Amino acid sequence: MLKQKYDVIVVGAGPAGLAAAIGAKKTGAQDVLVIERAQELGGILQQCIHNGFGLETFKKDLPGPAYAQRFIDELTSLHIDTLLDAMVLDVTSERHVSATSQWSGYVELDARALVLAMGCRERTRAQIALPGTRPAGVYTAGTAQRFVNMEGFMPGKQYVILGSGDIGMIMARRLTFEGAKVERVLEIMPFLTGLTRNYVQCLQDFDIPLQLEHTVKRIIGNERVEAIESVQVDDHRQPIPGTEEVIPCDTLLLSIGLIPENELSRKAGVALDPVTGGPFVDERMQTNVPGIFAAGNVVHVYDLVDWVTEAGLLCGRSAAQHAIAERKHAGRRVRMKGGDNVRYVVPHVLDKESLAESRQRLQMRVTTPIEAPVWVEVMNGDERIVRKADLYARPGEMVSIDIPQSAYDAVQRASELTVRVVRR
Amino acid sequence: MAQEHRTMICITCPRGCTLDVTVEGKTVVKVAGNNCQRGVDYAMAEVTDPRRMVTTTVRVKGGVHPLVPVYTEKPIPKPQIFALLAEARKVELTAPVKFGDIVMENVLGTGINVLASRNIPLKSKAP
Repeated sequence: MLKQKYDVIVVGAGPAGLAAAIGAKKTGAQDVLVIERAQELGGILQQCIHNGFGLETFKKDLPGPAYAQRFIDELTSLHIDTLLDAMVLDVTSERHVSATSQWSGYVELDARALVLAMGCRERTRAQIALPGTRPAGVYTAGTAQRFVNMEGFMPGKQYVILGSGDIGMIMARRLTFEGAKVERVLEIMPFLTGLTRNYVQCLQDFDIPLQLEHTVKRIIGNERVEAIESVQVDDHRQPIPGTEEVIPCDTLLLSIGLIPENELSRKAGVALDPVTGGPFVDERMQTNVPGIFAAGNVVHVYDLVDWVTEAGLLCGRSAAQHAIAERKHAGRRVRMKGGDNVRYVVPHVLDKESLAESRQRLQMRVTTPIEAPVWVEVMNGDERIVRKADLYARPGEMVSIDIPQSAYDAVQRASELTVRVVRR
Repeated sequence: MAQEHRTMICITCPRGCTLDVTVEGKTVVKVAGNNCQRGVDYAMAEVTDPRRMVTTTVRVKGGVHPLVPVYTEKPIPKPQIFALLAEARKVELTAPVKFGDIVMENVLGTGINVLASRNIPLKSKAP
């Protein structure tokens, strides 16, 4: 059962979101909700079945799902609410969240602190404008990874991989394990873009050739990829004529970078750094919008999940501190309301602690004139806090009354004070 | 006996130190370029008995996914990787599967178990 208001709402249940929710709860946030688009928690870790996770956090060499499982188990034991298979449609700078799922229907929720942990997306063919035909058989490496590792089917038999990022190299090994032939890994830069250990254990171990300063010139094939034409590039990454090579294959995987996913951040008025593609953050991972925090690949693309976890925990702690301060502050506030013959009262809200410092003046206007002596009374329900006498009350003339410091205790008991102007 | 220099990259952690390994026959005489003891251990193993962690998937019936990811609890000898993968293809589990369940015991007589990397709960009915 969802609550209407949470201390902390986290958008995204990947490693950053899981850590943020756990960090927030452990710091003392009362109600924490994680909203996740997928049908289960864990994010991209669930398809990263290779090992190498947790060497920093746990001093252990774990597969991705095992790393995620530890956080999922902790989240469950901390009684953190989750809303799965859900889409966040909108977030405002006031931390009002609109979401929809088949479990909850359309819901509108409020958060005292909001954590953005939406992660990132893969760059696609369109973003590097790969020439050639548009046949079936061109996938991002992450899509192929999901097909092979979670859904149980192979996208092809004979592969070329463009880009030497970690996902590309890891998929080269994985596809080899599943009986496919990986003909080539092409990298446009003169250096490896992923980790060297992945070059060793994913490519070198299985004699998969890597060509630096090479890219795909065009894709060949009508219904299905039949080959790609590779080409060498010069120092300015321009193709060198005469170096073309046709490499037969039925599938091209693209491992050409990741982009932080910040559509929701923009809606909330969060300012983005054009260099990282993610929000500007301070040392507590707070964005430019007070109460909105961000962590993980949504901020900048990390190399190791361990650092994402670290950022998530920090972000969750900060979000909880913000929420707790907000809640404390809210409990100290009393609303001012116009009662009999009072149109409005300024200030609208009063901090109860302000009476410890000095008396507080209220100003208002009456609705109708009373040409006779009146009482101006400040009431907490039936209890009178203070009153003063005036000789008359007219809409054209502002009325004021001070709440004295001696009313401090009485005001502590109130959540709302009514001011009325009545005949004596 | 003649000494031979081999350059290798330690894969134990993401740092990926480049090691200059001096080998005499099948014996490691000297390791340079490492930042910690694990580099020495890796070089020794790489020369005498190279091993790798292996991760793959096995089929599972009745679960939220048709596959469960699995991993060797310790690195296995490199030449046995493809034999292990062939064994894994023969396995079919039934949901629910729990993280850490032994999926293959003492695989290929290595004394090493293959474990489930995550929970696979039973597929439940739609709400």
